[in-house]
Amino acid sequence: MTTRTMGEPIARREDPRLVAGDGRYLDDLGSGALAAAFVRSPHAAARVLDVDVSRALEVDGLVAIYTWEDLEGPVAEPLPLLIPHPRLYAGRTAYPLANGVVRHVGEPVAMVVARDRYLAEDACERIAVSYEPLGPVVGLEAAVTAERTVHDDVPDNVAARMVQEHGDARAAVAAAPHRLELDLAIERSASTPLEGRGVYARWDAADRSLRVYSSTQTSTSVRFALAAKLGVPVDRVEVVAPDVGGGFGVKIMHPWPEEVLVPWAAMRLGREVKWTEDRREHLVASAHERGQRHHVSVGFDDEGRLLGLDVDFLHDNGAYTPYGIIVPIITATQLLGPYKPGAYRVEFRSLYTNTTIVTPYRGAGRPQGAFVMERTLDAIAAYLGRDRVEVRQANFIQPDEMPYDHHLTFQDGRPLIYDSGDFPATLEKVKKLVGWDEFAAFRDEARAAGRRVGIGLACYVEGTGVGPYEGAHVRVETNGTVVVATGLTTQGQGHETAFAQVAAETLGVPVERVTVVTGDTRRFKYAVGTFASRAAVMSGNAVGLAAGKVRAKALRIAAEALEADPDDLDVADGMVRVKGAPDREIDLRTVAVLANPLRYAFDEQTKLATQFVVGRGVEDPPVAEDDEPGLEATDWYSPVRSTFANGMHAVVVETDPETAEVKILRYCVVHDCGRLINPRIVEGQIHGGVAQGVGGALYERLVYDENGQLLNASFMDFLMPYASEVPKVETDHLETPSPLNPLGIKGVGEAGTIAGAAVLASAISDAEGFFIDRMPISPSELWALRERHARKEEQ
Amino acid sequence: MTEVLHETRLVVNGVPHTARVPARRLLADCLRHDLGLTGTHVGCEHGVCGACTVLVDGRPMRSCLLFAVGVDGAEITTVEGCRSPDGGLGPVQQAFQDCHGLQCGFCTPGFVTTITAWLREHPDPTEEQARQAIGGNLCRCTGYQNIVASVLRAAELLREQR
Repeated sequence: MTTRTMGEPIARREDPRLVAGDGRYLDDLGSGALAAAFVRSPHAAARVLDVDVSRALEVDGLVAIYTWEDLEGPVAEPLPLLIPHPRLYAGRTAYPLANGVVRHVGEPVAMVVARDRYLAEDACERIAVSYEPLGPVVGLEAAVTAERTVHDDVPDNVAARMVQEHGDARAAVAAAPHRLELDLAIERSASTPLEGRGVYARWDAADRSLRVYSSTQTSTSVRFALAAKLGVPVDRVEVVAPDVGGGFGVKIMHPWPEEVLVPWAAMRLGREVKWTEDRREHLVASAHERGQRHHVSVGFDDEGRLLGLDVDFLHDNGAYTPYGIIVPIITATQLLGPYKPGAYRVEFRSLYTNTTIVTPYRGAGRPQGAFVMERTLDAIAAYLGRDRVEVRQANFIQPDEMPYDHHLTFQDGRPLIYDSGDFPATLEKVKKLVGWDEFAAFRDEARAAGRRVGIGLACYVEGTGVGPYEGAHVRVETNGTVVVATGLTTQGQGHETAFAQVAAETLGVPVERVTVVTGDTRRFKYAVGTFASRAAVMSGNAVGLAAGKVRAKALRIAAEALEADPDDLDVADGMVRVKGAPDREIDLRTVAVLANPLRYAFDEQTKLATQFVVGRGVEDPPVAEDDEPGLEATDWYSPVRSTFANGMHAVVVETDPETAEVKILRYCVVHDCGRLINPRIVEGQIHGGVAQGVGGALYERLVYDENGQLLNASFMDFLMPYASEVPKVETDHLETPSPLNPLGIKGVGEAGTIAGAAVLASAISDAEGFFIDRMPISPSELWALRERHARKEEQ
Repeated sequence: MTEVLHETRLVVNGVPHTARVPARRLLADCLRHDLGLTGTHVGCEHGVCGACTVLVDGRPMRSCLLFAVGVDGAEITTVEGCRSPDGGLGPVQQAFQDCHGLQCGFCTPGFVTTITAWLREHPDPTEEQARQAIGGNLCRCTGYQNIVASVLRAAELLREQR
């Protein structure tokens, strides 16, 4: 048996439960709870004139119907603006239920509670809402021209405007020997986890306490938000994220209208209430992302070296801005990737439209940024007749320039300073993996056979592990098991395994003895949440630090027991031993017993720790002044700024000469997320990320018509890729540990997704011989582009 | 407005059950909420994602598209019934753990039931066939690569059992 577990691809400890059907997701809980359902706006913009519930009252099993007029106190007020920012000068949030106006299809207007969901939906169908439709604002064009407005008091539809600049970019572009102007766009998509949102609330009127289960990426913050909204002391509120069926960003938004209303109704009714989101609700009433239009002016020299980069972009934030302007800030800063831009200026406007709100989706503004930067570099390469690899090499930040300061402010309000990375080495690896230098021969062969193939490359840098902090609690039980708790949540990332590996390695116990709890405020009350590839960096290090404290305490107690110096002790396989004297040892279980001097015994182990058996000198207190009982500790990790992971993707595609269908022949990823805790989990994150990147590049887009109706609000029409569409991913790693944290971790959650649109646009352009400036791209769009370019060539 | 209830008999994972359900009660809801077998998950409610797949008389079907009364008398196998006879993980379930074929695990029950049925008729699949076998189920986490590997591994485990 070995206790070496960090870096080992061990099988996941959560899997036996999940593969056997024993997982406990939100809708698996609360058997017998009342069911909530919502009447939602069918209009993108309308005044609500009247809500007539009379026909609904006949429904058997109906318990309650609520509209905005029924709400009271803070629940009747607009939902919080979670991330205020000085540049978000016209931030607006929704009411939990519409207060006279609806601003997107799917906005909740009335809440029904009934004996089961079927009956609740029956009642919803019988509620007649009279609307006065208003002209909606749909798409960035309509938003920016502002002939109509989403909010009466925001006449230009601009929620936020932000400029960041280092150097005089416009002058640098104007003075450069070569200049290009580009317009680049990415369309709307969404996280679409297989499990939608859900909330289940239990109010104990006698105990005056509330327990809420939510399919959320942040149970700790939901707890504080609910305490504030519902007027319950925070110590009487518990929030638990049970097994969560995927998040990918959308479940970091909180508190959702439903997340406030379900507990509120449970308190009012004195009954358990549950709401499980259905798929159409998820697509119209949760959140989207990605929709942006960018204009680039770039100046460069003969080698393709950037001299000035000036980017102006529009961000479609939907109807409200509860999550602030995190996404466009990330685009504005992460667009730079592994490159030195020369002088840089970026400006964005975040605009209201009568569509579903926009909050981060895996990648969170980075896929758009990578698309803009990588397309720009490809355009420069094409203009100069240079290899795309050469142009990238000419602009890389070099390893000896780390840490590298971009002189910009990142999404966490801290300086954008890269901590580590070796971009030239990563590029060499990905070139080798995909066979970049051998591709010309393959292309010739393919051409001779009447086939069209292309190769693409895209690089990215990803700020991960953003603060402010995470913490962890580690305790060794008297039966030898180690219990770890951290406040952030899990949606499939394997935290029960990875954090167990960190604790096992630090403590010197077999990983099988460690259990991990995440996202349960009963176990750990302070946390930020799981997003931005931060969980391994933040809680991984917190677990390591807390386990380190426990280890130090164990050595101190063991040293007393063994009459040895703590420095001469080591822990392995759960035994503390004197180095070089293996017979002088003490089991960690016994150390745990000794750590908690007892009056009462309840089993054989605890008998060893009662007052007539152990104890310090009779003149000493049983627990020393600077000590506390129990072999346990809490510690925190709070970094000065983000870590920066990086990676490069290369793909080979084949485009059908007749149908314009795009087939991915090779998909290669080289990435550097610092030290790996579990390579198997890291690979899995890359595979899944690539699938979402490919989906976003070739298949997925949310299509609104001019009335603000989402035309593809189902999985029949919103085309998530199946196994037949996702390529096999070939991966290689580079490990440049982050100097910012003790474990040297940099995070990997979003790495697979970021480069998708950029790398596929590059490869398709290469195959077709014309420039692709917007993604996603469908076969019919590619076919139309071929026609347009063929006509141009004829002229 | 009171609903008429129908007595419906289902043999689920070898155990006979009787449920009194309205005619419109979906099989998925009946399994989950009337019989308490919550391993079957509902991801899209219109037969596209496959998370709710169960075996009806041995054949994979979408339980979100079936009425419970419509399969009265049928033998149903859910993910809970794909365990090995000794109560441990069944071969397909074990293969998913061995190959890291799941992340959040929400879609996994539908894959497990689908693959269990498919491997009965395709005991020695190629990688390409394995990929086709799972082509009707959506997973948002894994990118399918390790699910394909899980199919091959499950086939191997089943061959070893024989």
